[in-house]
Amino acid sequence: MTHIKCLTCRECSREFPIEPLNVCDFCFGPLEVTYDYDSIARSVSRESIESGPLTMWRYDDFLPVEAEAAVDMGTGLTPLIRAKNLGRVLGLENLYIKNDSVNPTFSFKDRPVSVTAAKALEFEFDVLACVSTGNLMGAVAAHGAKAGMKTIVFFPADLERGKIVGAAIYGPTLVAVDGTYDQVNRLCSELSDNLRWAFVNINMRPFYAEGSKTLGYEVAEQLGWRAPDHCVVPGASGELYTKIWKGLGEMVDVGLIDKANTKMHLAQAEGCSPIVEAYRLGSKQVKPVRPNTIAKSLAIGNPAAGAYALQTLQESDGVAVSTPEDEIVECIRLLAETEGVFTETAGGVVISALRKLAKSSAIKPDEVTVAFITGNGLKTQEVVDRYVEPVFIDPTYESFQKAVEV
Amino acid sequence: MARKRVKFTFPQDLITQAVIYYLGHKFKVVTNIRRADVREDMGWVVLELEGEEDQISQGLEWVNATGVRVDPVAGDVVEG
Repeated sequence: MTHIKCLTCRECSREFPIEPLNVCDFCFGPLEVTYDYDSIARSVSRESIESGPLTMWRYDDFLPVEAEAAVDMGTGLTPLIRAKNLGRVLGLENLYIKNDSVNPTFSFKDRPVSVTAAKALEFEFDVLACVSTGNLMGAVAAHGAKAGMKTIVFFPADLERGKIVGAAIYGPTLVAVDGTYDQVNRLCSELSDNLRWAFVNINMRPFYAEGSKTLGYEVAEQLGWRAPDHCVVPGASGELYTKIWKGLGEMVDVGLIDKANTKMHLAQAEGCSPIVEAYRLGSKQVKPVRPNTIAKSLAIGNPAAGAYALQTLQESDGVAVSTPEDEIVECIRLLAETEGVFTETAGGVVISALRKLAKSSAIKPDEVTVAFITGNGLKTQEVVDRYVEPVFIDPTYESFQKAVEV
Repeated sequence: MARKRVKFTFPQDLITQAVIYYLGHKFKVVTNIRRADVREDMGWVVLELEGEEDQISQGLEWVNATGVRVDPVAGDVVEG
């Protein structure tokens, strides 16, 4: 059952009823879901979770919707892989990869969208919408289809066709906006103000963001009910990063794990690293930037949860790391060649940051470390295309022997 | 009358400029500041604008042209 209490402003702490609202009427600060943790503590136990569904919905007590209403496509409970080969290369003995690229639409976005679709049905919305440059549109289109909702996805008109196909197949209305990134951004904010639609990461944002907490719960459960010593998480809006931290904290609060002394490290690509830059300067505010990175799924120049990500860095004593653009593809290959996991560019950013943290001894060799791989490499094949170099031979044994050293 | 919630981010060289005052004088727009953080190297102001649609949009174009960045209050909504 859900234990949701209200929405609370993250800035002025004013409380609001459970409605499709994302901004405080008083100070325009962002709203967040608040729960009755005493009630959750009375309701959950390790055993009750372990006997739940083999999806993220086993943690329904911590989510803002009833499990019976879930739009569940089998999202979550993704593999936590002991990464011995990569660990050997990096000098880490207890390294794990949380492979969230194997969700139904091949990214972690299925988690927040699964929660949002259910909540949108509860609010009696007919339309599920988003504005995206890739992973989110696929997740929204698929969940909209599963929920029987009309789905509309907006994207910049110059977006690669391959990325559109990943959403188009589920039958949404596709709207290609001929404008700059900023213009697309402004248009969709305006549409959200004026239309009675469930825009997943705008008016539904407080509920949407909660879905990402399940990554924290899963990792703790999969490690045998303990929090890792380190998490290395990609940073875009900063929401995923802060919500993994929130999830670990909630598990401590309700007594499912003893403590969460986890150092939360945040990884961004150099071409779009506003949170890392603020961290370096010791600033409490994030200065917006114009993204210029091959890691498109992390290209958010004005991150909605940037200031809260800085708070999490401070609270957890984590490090914010930016990755040189030319290391991203190298690290996609490193992960693929050592662990057999093909990640998209965001994963390359995470592995590069992990390598830097290990080298600088911010992570000690024996500490339990989890690197979060949030999207599938099949989505950004264009960045690794140049490594496709087959050997061409004639259909004869001699030709094969001549060309290939066995 | 329309209302719009926006965030202005001031680069260091524009922090001392009275951009919000001039926005309310050059255009028929009421400016209502709700939250702000202005420091030596950077500043942002979250505010609500009230006025006719065309006055708000012309006013925001003017603010943008001064070099102050204009964003929706909820940050970037285009996600990967």
